[in-house]
Amino acid sequence: MSTDNLPGVPEEPIARLGMFGAQDSGDTSGYGGLVVRRAPRLSTPRPYGGYFDTVADELERALGGDLADAVERVVVDRGELTFHVKRERLLEVLRHLRDDPALRFELSLGVSGVHYPHLEGEELHAVYHLCSITHNRRLRVEVSCPDTDRHIPSSVSIYPTHDWHERETWDFFGIIFDGHPALTRIMMPDDWDGHPQRKDYPLGGIPVDYRGAEIPPPDQRRSYK
Amino acid sequence: MSAPYEETTEGKVYTVSGNDWTELVATLSGQQDEQLVVNMGPQHPSTHGVLRLILNLDGETVTEARTAIGYLHTGIEKTCEYRTWTQGTTLVTRMDYLSPIFNETAYCMAVEKLLGITEQIPERAQAIRVMMMELTRISSHMVAIGTFGMELGATTPFLFGTRERELVLDVMEYITGLRMNFAYVRPGGVSVDLPAGAVDKVGELLKEMPKRIKDMRKLLDANPVYLARTKDVAYLDLTGCMALGITGPMLRAAGLPWDLRKSQPYCGYETYDFEVATQKTADVYGRYLVRMTEMEESLKIVEQALDRLAGPLKGQRVMVDDKKIGWPAQLALGPDGYGNSPDHIAHIMGGSMEALIHHFKLVTEGFRVPAGQAYASVEGPRGELGAHVVSDGGTKPYRVHFRDPSFTNLQAVPATCEGGMVADVISAVASIDPVMGGVDR
Repeated sequence: MSTDNLPGVPEEPIARLGMFGAQDSGDTSGYGGLVVRRAPRLSTPRPYGGYFDTVADELERALGGDLADAVERVVVDRGELTFHVKRERLLEVLRHLRDDPALRFELSLGVSGVHYPHLEGEELHAVYHLCSITHNRRLRVEVSCPDTDRHIPSSVSIYPTHDWHERETWDFFGIIFDGHPALTRIMMPDDWDGHPQRKDYPLGGIPVDYRGAEIPPPDQRRSYK
Repeated sequence: MSAPYEETTEGKVYTVSGNDWTELVATLSGQQDEQLVVNMGPQHPSTHGVLRLILNLDGETVTEARTAIGYLHTGIEKTCEYRTWTQGTTLVTRMDYLSPIFNETAYCMAVEKLLGITEQIPERAQAIRVMMMELTRISSHMVAIGTFGMELGATTPFLFGTRERELVLDVMEYITGLRMNFAYVRPGGVSVDLPAGAVDKVGELLKEMPKRIKDMRKLLDANPVYLARTKDVAYLDLTGCMALGITGPMLRAAGLPWDLRKSQPYCGYETYDFEVATQKTADVYGRYLVRMTEMEESLKIVEQALDRLAGPLKGQRVMVDDKKIGWPAQLALGPDGYGNSPDHIAHIMGGSMEALIHHFKLVTEGFRVPAGQAYASVEGPRGELGAHVVSDGGTKPYRVHFRDPSFTNLQAVPATCEGGMVADVISAVASIDPVMGGVDR
């Protein structure tokens, strides 16, 4: 029997088992054996399509070397272009993206943090959404840092609008933006402990007694995953 | 009599709470060389909610202005991670409470992008979204201009503004069942079709609103006091706007016709006929004029959307055909607002076991969204409102981040206030039109 037309066996690590996140007792849903694997890490080969190739070519030219030296991965997904940039090259890449006449991403829409505790060595991501008004294009730049060394260079000198955005990302994720003029908490009180948007930060809440049963706090309840 | 004070390492700190200004003045007389640090807010009527400004004053001149935010932080982004994709609309609608429909639409567009169903959203749903967004823009601008008037000491614009907003809110209530926090736009479309009579209601509003906008213009456009307080105040040119990431009326008042509805159209905006309002003055008055023109243009869009909804799009679906995503949103208008439709309840409780299971699974478990990330943005009343949504393939968002225009635009406070008079701080902040619910999320 030929196996050519069978889908490949997924090799991604297992994300979770079952459906309800039940660990304390048996899963009676009938889905206890369900295996859900992590989504594969995307890396798009050329051509990317649309203006994405132009942006990649022009950035490569502006950087004066191989694009892969500064950009670890290029992902084209759902009509959006993402450059996963090495953090030590971030400022250089952003400066070219902003200043090069062929790129001209003048407008930054800020920094958004994402915490991926399962990605070892790159747990914390800072995501920059850039917009070029000159060429009417959009681009996402993503930088990662390990949880053990939570440093990313600050880009306030290039995009002053990142001032508050980086403070917010520090506040919520604990990413230290080196070179930020005043990296202080912005949403949480100054004496707050921890960084609330991290996945290892509990949602909070207390167990509640209801008719003799104890209802756990929201983030420890059984729920569909 | 001298005002009560404490000795600190920074010098004397006076605590005044109103009614004791004479004492303070008496105490401070002869100390004009000292710089004065004034804390304004977070509980101050003219700081637009709980915004705190720390002003360094040299006489009447502001030498340094700093903004402190976070007093309204509610952790909506975190809460989203513990609720299903559909429940997310109920949460994000509460962020910027003056433009709830925009929050919902940005969020839903991002979710739809992740699901890959952007092309399948029915045209009628898109037209309803456009109509609701433009109505919301009018009500939001009305509040912006109204509160602005009040903060400058004129109560009539505020009365006009809130009265006009009421007209819009009545229509919104008629359509969605709620006056605020609608959760009306859902991933895949909108929660419920326009009720009978909604087209007439919007039609009446379209007849009334131009007069009301004209009244506001008569009140403010050439009012000498208003002009004195707004012209050449809080100047921020295009370079400043770009550097600070400022979008919306502030950017357009600096002369750049950048409007996502035109430049990167969504929800079918490319098919509507309207102009992008711009001004070249880059001051508070320019921002006011941009907002006024935008309301007039919004009315044009509402009119076009309404024509389509009453004409060619009549009777079409308002939710995607995919039954795995579209909620069984058969709601009906009851005496106490929107509720379950009796027909639908009879069907799932008495007619079809499968329909009941489907309803139960979709409502309690929700649908799964393929892993990945997406960014979707709409042109809100205050600028680009973006939603960065990450999925890990589950029934709940992995991360929801909102790029709220109020948050970014507030960074312009030092740039627009420093070097100006302390009274102009009020104009400057009001012309930014920050909504703290959106700033702090």
